[in-house]
Amino acid sequence: MNATEKQQLKITAAKVRLNIIEGVFNAKSGHPGGSLSAAEIFTYLYFKEMNIDPANPKCENRDRFVLSKGHCAPGYYAALAERGFFSTEEIKSLRHIGAMLQGHPDMKGTPGVDMSSGSLGQGISCAVGMALAGKMDKKDYRVYTLLGDGETEEGQVWEAAMFAAHKKLDNLCVIVDHNGLQIDGPIAEVAGPDPLDEKFKAFGFEVITINGNCFDEIEKAFDFAKSVEGKPVAIIANTIKGKGVSYMENNVSWHGAAPNKDQYEVAMAELRANLEELMK
Amino acid sequence: MAEMIKKATRESFGEALIELAKTNENIVVLDADLAAATKTGVFKKAYPERFIDCGIAECNMVSIAAGLSTCGKIPFAASFAMFSAGRAFEQVRNSVCYPKLNVKIVGSHAGISVGEDGATHQCCEDIALMRAIPNMTVINPCDHYEMVAAVKAMAEKNGPCYVRLGRLAVESVNNNDDYKFEIGKGITLKDGDDITIVATGLMVQEAVKAAKVLEAEGINARVLNIHTIKPLDEELIVKAAKETGRIVTCEEHNVIGGLGEAVSSLLCEKCPVPVKKIGVNDVFGHSGPAVDLLKEFGLSAENIVKTVKEVLGK
Repeated sequence: MNATEKQQLKITAAKVRLNIIEGVFNAKSGHPGGSLSAAEIFTYLYFKEMNIDPANPKCENRDRFVLSKGHCAPGYYAALAERGFFSTEEIKSLRHIGAMLQGHPDMKGTPGVDMSSGSLGQGISCAVGMALAGKMDKKDYRVYTLLGDGETEEGQVWEAAMFAAHKKLDNLCVIVDHNGLQIDGPIAEVAGPDPLDEKFKAFGFEVITINGNCFDEIEKAFDFAKSVEGKPVAIIANTIKGKGVSYMENNVSWHGAAPNKDQYEVAMAELRANLEELMK
Repeated sequence: MAEMIKKATRESFGEALIELAKTNENIVVLDADLAAATKTGVFKKAYPERFIDCGIAECNMVSIAAGLSTCGKIPFAASFAMFSAGRAFEQVRNSVCYPKLNVKIVGSHAGISVGEDGATHQCCEDIALMRAIPNMTVINPCDHYEMVAAVKAMAEKNGPCYVRLGRLAVESVNNNDDYKFEIGKGITLKDGDDITIVATGLMVQEAVKAAKVLEAEGINARVLNIHTIKPLDEELIVKAAKETGRIVTCEEHNVIGGLGEAVSSLLCEKCPVPVKKIGVNDVFGHSGPAVDLLKEFGLSAENIVKTVKEVLGK
């Protein structure tokens, strides 16, 4: 990744953040915190990492992505729209009656969505199924899935992890958005899923821990994941919940709440200033 | 007439899968450490590369099946009904049925006839759970011939299906040459005008036996085999209600949420007639030989005869 490319990714991530706030504000509900923390991950996956084609979203040999933490759909939709799977105008009707963009990802209605998700713990297993199908059919597509750190409290995550390593699914890359907060508070206080790196290692994964808001480190992690043979890879991405909007950063109350009109204006002004700075 | 075959439907299921796999390369089978019991083990032997043992993790198994199906596979995911329909209920709902994926959920060892394992494994709620989910088809074959035909029909149908398998060997009743299986179409096994016995699963055999006893006593009962609980064959059942005026339903399932309630709900709206439900009366089972348990819980021809007479006031 050269400097221009990196700058372009930063610009895209800034636009994704603007559309996260746009969507959640217009929906008057939704999950901005974990969408903002994963903006760089969504952006890197859809603009650099994955082999996908917005003109042919069901292509058999495409890479697949499952948003296991389905509530962060605003970030996912913003990246898909930015990439050209559908118009960014759709974002404004997020969660509205009759809208294409449901509160949680719906593979039947939204181009580019490879799996319906939202019930925590299930997405990783679905991704495992896709990776297994790739191995059975000797195809070389890769499968990516993004989990919340709180989501790892679901037992099914570990059923999936055990199975993926047992089947040597080196075409599977699990990313955990480790922002440290879940609805009820800090993950360390609620149920204490850390240390996640050691847990995934114990389950047979190769693990890399990175700053998940830094494109250089994200690139390093995904390149590492592709180099691993015979094991699935887990990327523990340390991020800042609510990243990019000052009053939302590291504040658990923005896990699942929409900004009011004034808060919306503040957020959009901050994000626009950031975008303008990047485009100078 | 085809030969009478006495066999557990789980065995017929395993054989049917192998037949199906010969011509359909997309068929894959998943199990959760119960392959010997669910009879997917015979498939594993024939097609090891298309068999996936998920270990004792049914929720993971069902979601993996969903993922496989998005890549063109036709997964049959099997475990005891208690676990595939019960424990993994929410995975069936959210990973399979909401996106309307082509996954077949298999619930073996359903009902009280599990026998000695007792209440924890005697699932009498699976039909209720599965039929409450949108997009789901629910099939409960009663004998060897029906199970073989059902497995084929499920594979040909693109969408989520649940099929119920029994542990106990049952005699075939569908060995007539013109037997035809179609999802959602019930079968009239015996005509009659006095009352209709609507049965599913192993209660079909009991219904046929009961109808013979009743006939000898001058009561002419119609017998319907309802192998598909959802979508229900509304036309056949409403016609029977109109023509016979009274209905007795028979199922090896809780009377809450199963065939009896499906039939009652239909007739309430389309043709209100008296309906009496025979089934497990909202209680847990317990250990014992399957045949004795079926008798004890009233899942027998004798109880059908008795109930029919009560309904007719005879």
